[in-house]
Amino acid sequence: MALFLLGVIGVIMRRNVIVVLMSIELILNAVNINLVAFSRLYGDVAGQVFALFVIADAAAEAAVGLGIIIAFFRNRETVLADEMDLLKW
Amino acid sequence: MNPTGYFLDHLWLIPLFPLATAALMLFVGKRLPKIGVSVLCVGSVGLSFVYAVGAVLQLLAADPEHRVAQQILFEWLTPGAMQMSGGHLVRFVADWGFLLDPLSAVMVLVVTGVGFLIHVYSVGYMADEGGYYRFFGYMNLFMFAMLTLVLANNLLLMFVGWEGVGLCSYLLIGFYFLKKSASDAGNKAFIVNRIGDAGFLLGLLLTAVTLGTIRFTSLGLPESGGYSGILQSLEAAVHAGTLAYGAPALTTIALLLFVGAAGKSAQIPLYVWLPDAMEGPTPVSALIHAATMVTAGVYMVVRMNPIYQLAPFALDVVAVVGAVTAIFAASIALVQNDIKKVLAYSTISQLGYMFLALGVGAFAAGIFHLMTHAFFKALLFLGAGSVIHAMSGEQDIRKMGGLWSKIPTTARTFLIATLAISGVFPFAGFFSKDEILGRAFDRYFSLWLVGFVTAGMTAFYMFRLFFLAFSGYTRADEHVEKHIHESPPTMTVPLVVLAGLTVIGGWIGWPGSLGGENRFERFLEPVLAGAVSETGAVQIAHHAKATEYLLMLLSLSIAGAGIWLAYGFYRTKRIAPELVAAKLPRVYDLLLHKYYVDELYDALIVNRVKDLGTWLGLFDAKVIDGVGVDGTGWLARFVSKISMWWDKWVIDGLLNLVAKLTQLFSYPIRLLQTGKFSNYAMLILVGLVVLLAYYGRHMHTLLRAVH
Repeated sequence: MALFLLGVIGVIMRRNVIVVLMSIELILNAVNINLVAFSRLYGDVAGQVFALFVIADAAAEAAVGLGIIIAFFRNRETVLADEMDLLKW
Repeated sequence: MNPTGYFLDHLWLIPLFPLATAALMLFVGKRLPKIGVSVLCVGSVGLSFVYAVGAVLQLLAADPEHRVAQQILFEWLTPGAMQMSGGHLVRFVADWGFLLDPLSAVMVLVVTGVGFLIHVYSVGYMADEGGYYRFFGYMNLFMFAMLTLVLANNLLLMFVGWEGVGLCSYLLIGFYFLKKSASDAGNKAFIVNRIGDAGFLLGLLLTAVTLGTIRFTSLGLPESGGYSGILQSLEAAVHAGTLAYGAPALTTIALLLFVGAAGKSAQIPLYVWLPDAMEGPTPVSALIHAATMVTAGVYMVVRMNPIYQLAPFALDVVAVVGAVTAIFAASIALVQNDIKKVLAYSTISQLGYMFLALGVGAFAAGIFHLMTHAFFKALLFLGAGSVIHAMSGEQDIRKMGGLWSKIPTTARTFLIATLAISGVFPFAGFFSKDEILGRAFDRYFSLWLVGFVTAGMTAFYMFRLFFLAFSGYTRADEHVEKHIHESPPTMTVPLVVLAGLTVIGGWIGWPGSLGGENRFERFLEPVLAGAVSETGAVQIAHHAKATEYLLMLLSLSIAGAGIWLAYGFYRTKRIAPELVAAKLPRVYDLLLHKYYVDELYDALIVNRVKDLGTWLGLFDAKVIDGVGVDGTGWLARFVSKISMWWDKWVIDGLLNLVAKLTQLFSYPIRLLQTGKFSNYAMLILVGLVVLLAYYGRHMHTLLRAVH
């Protein structure tokens, strides 16, 4: 739970998008620990299997997210979240 | 029984062949190889010649009085009722039809025959020129127009051909259109011809309202069809007493038509375009401006001979204009130095001869001279082309000389033509010229004298040209001299064939006094019978044989005198021409500058028309542009200004108001949209927490449901 909250705070507070991405990884890992823990508690292996899926998904998400950041950096020469205001007119 | 046969039923094909290839040249000529262009264009004219010969042979098979074949393809202008000058109504019709009688037979043979030879010659002459397909396309189009003119069975269709040849003449004179003088000459020819064409058109309309028809004759058409013709209408009118010998209406028609003829056939005062027309390629000068097109006026007058025979005053005008033109042009030709200019003035002079013949009523002699002239003048021009070819484009006879042994075929054929045009026995020109002079002598001694003197001048200037070009030593530059060469066979063969025709062509008109029977005149007789034979405007006088012999001897001797003078001046140089010129400076100057006619026309007419143009231009600039166009423009701008103001403040204002209101109401919502995703993430989190807090007490139920 502490790990999860750490991730959430990182997502919301940090300006550097790379750190935000890392925080998302933290959230995902917190979820993973939760899944594994409850899997153990209930003696059900499905939670562990699901954790494996989440790890794979996290890897893909990180790749896509980093790709977006590189593309964005080429255009705007910044990776700071508060300078990313293209959606606002 | 009227003659029939395959070729007579297909008269319409004769002009169609060259039209087809002309169209082909227009559409695909650029992509065809030269050899293809040559084969197609020369071949189509050859085919026309074959069809013409076939048709004439089938015509000859009939009795002399039935030698008329007429074929109406379709009614061209929808027939309608027309009020004649007499007040009653007739059914007027202009058809698209073809007529072959002895007169058009002669013409169609000359046009296709000489035309074919000149086409063959052009293959060699134009080989190294640009626009090869364009040249042959125009030439073929010309053949189509000329054949339409010659074979037409009514005045209006003839006028179509008449304008067609005029157009082709314009196109071909201006063939080297990048040259200013060439395009100017084309314009001049076209514009001068317009004056004549206006006369033709008025004559045509007057014929229609006077006689109710413009078809030449109804002979050769089924009698049951109710066809009318000029000849038959005239006959009926004379019998009914509405039109008589010398009637003013007929004289007017004849004079108007003669204006047209004078334009096309380069007679005073409309001859000025022909010398300039020499800017075109030499085969064009030979075909159009010597052998065929310029004789169209002569042909037209002969074709309308029923009217002319009833209009003695018009005939006298024709004779005088012809005679004056003949001597006038011949005198200019005496001193010209450009080989083609000499020939051009010679052509004008010879055309004057033809009109002199027509004017004294010797229609057959006129056509006879037309034919022999087509042979020897085409030969002279083609020979001149060959000389120019050999001299690398040099046209000044003062820079030639000594060509006799260097280009033997050209030189020998040129000599034959020169003898023929000078009227030396037994070449073609002798018979036709003598016939004309004899007939002129019967009618007006003064006109005969003019023609007689002209004959001497002709012999002089032609032999002057011949001696200067071919005898003595060359006066050309060295590098020009090195390039002198005989022309290729495609050029020399037509020369030889034409030379043959120039020698024997006159024999078909061998006069009675020399033991012949003048078969040519006999052949044309049915066409020239006139509407009313007993009026006898033109009776063939049978003077004593002694007179005829004397006249022949006189013309031969004056030709001899002309030749002898030229020999003395330019061959042996016993008399220096410069001395004569120096003794008569004013005369020489006058002749050299062609009587200053071009300058006179420029001062009197051309510049006045230009002044009018300038004045009209000013009117255009000040009144039309100033008041009309600029005023309208100002008004439009004023109206648009008002419209713009309305648009800007009222229409746009309303739109902006709506937009402003929208912006105003949306302001609170805009505050939420910061564009920063961490804010959105924060909002999502807050929302989640609120939701969890609200539904938190039900959470255990939810979890139980999961299990």
